[in-house]
Amino acid sequence: MSLEVNGKSYEVDEEGYLADLNTWDSDVAEAMANADGAPLDENHWEVINFLREYYEEYQIAPAVRVLTKQIGKKLGKEKGNSKYLYELFPYGPAKQACKYAGLPKPTGCV
Amino acid sequence: MSEEGIVKKFMYVNRKCPYGTIYALESLEVVLITAAFDQDVSLAFTDDGVYQLMKDQKTDGIGMKNFSSTYAALGDYEIKKIFIDKESLDERGLSISDLQELVWEDEDEDYAEKSSINLVSRAELSKIMSQQDVVMSF
Amino acid sequence: MSMLHTVNKSPFENSSVASCISMCAKSSSILFIEDAVISVMKSTKFAEMIESSLKDFKIYALKPDLEARGLSLNNVIEGVEIIEYEGFVDLTTEHDSVQSWL
Repeated sequence: MSLEVNGKSYEVDEEGYLADLNTWDSDVAEAMANADGAPLDENHWEVINFLREYYEEYQIAPAVRVLTKQIGKKLGKEKGNSKYLYELFPYGPAKQACKYAGLPKPTGCV
Repeated sequence: MSEEGIVKKFMYVNRKCPYGTIYALESLEVVLITAAFDQDVSLAFTDDGVYQLMKDQKTDGIGMKNFSSTYAALGDYEIKKIFIDKESLDERGLSISDLQELVWEDEDEDYAEKSSINLVSRAELSKIMSQQDVVMSF
Repeated sequence: MSMLHTVNKSPFENSSVASCISMCAKSSSILFIEDAVISVMKSTKFAEMIESSLKDFKIYALKPDLEARGLSLNNVIEGVEIIEYEGFVDLTTEHDSVQSWL
């Protein structure tokens, strides 16, 4: 399966996750979010960029409670809670944000 | 901690080299998944398992994913007890400085980094193992 | 007849390395790959066995497998030859047959 954005083709799996995270760019993230009916703003981007950095360092997508804790540490306690993250990513912060960030589905994501 | 659930002591025992077999990676994935259930989790590295934590692993040449950097995320998953068998290091001519330093961050002390690594003798490891509710060996 | 012996299991895990060395004929060579590359490191408890067998045959170790396991090339026993995959191919063609110890 593939996703077409601005004339460029991205290979994705059956759930819409990028097959190869090296093909990721901000265009495909925006396109995925627009397709879900919720365009990205700077708050979304903070989380997406955090996830990409986390993956770069540890080679895994963090489980949701690890994400929550680390966001709290990095971006402030008011953002490090599931209410804030679920408002940004109603389909589940780990699942949906990881998808936009081009990462595989988080390990331990139930 | 978990609301009213029972907290059990889980130990994962790692005894194989990385990459030659799938055990090391499988163990790590199981550990990360079960870490979500608020149990008392510890990891032991013994026999060839000590090689899993070697510094400077470079897997480009064998075309496999280098999962050694993932061990550094264990602290984020509240896994703060890593036991290394000293005799296993000695038999292999290794010392603790050949292995990664693993830490966890103490939120109550402004995220101060604390070491998760405990260098233990076989006798000590045996004692710790006997105190567990569940031991899983990889 | 020259034979290339390959071993892929850690010497700590089973007796393949020791058996291979004990059965290897003088004109043969041994190549350690995958987890068996541990065998060629200085100061493991098997170092002495490897060092003395170097008098009888050539011993090789596959570099990508050493690097993957974070094993420093500087700590490889002297006399052991470190090779790439290309060297592996050359060895199989230079010998009459190959035996894989599992």
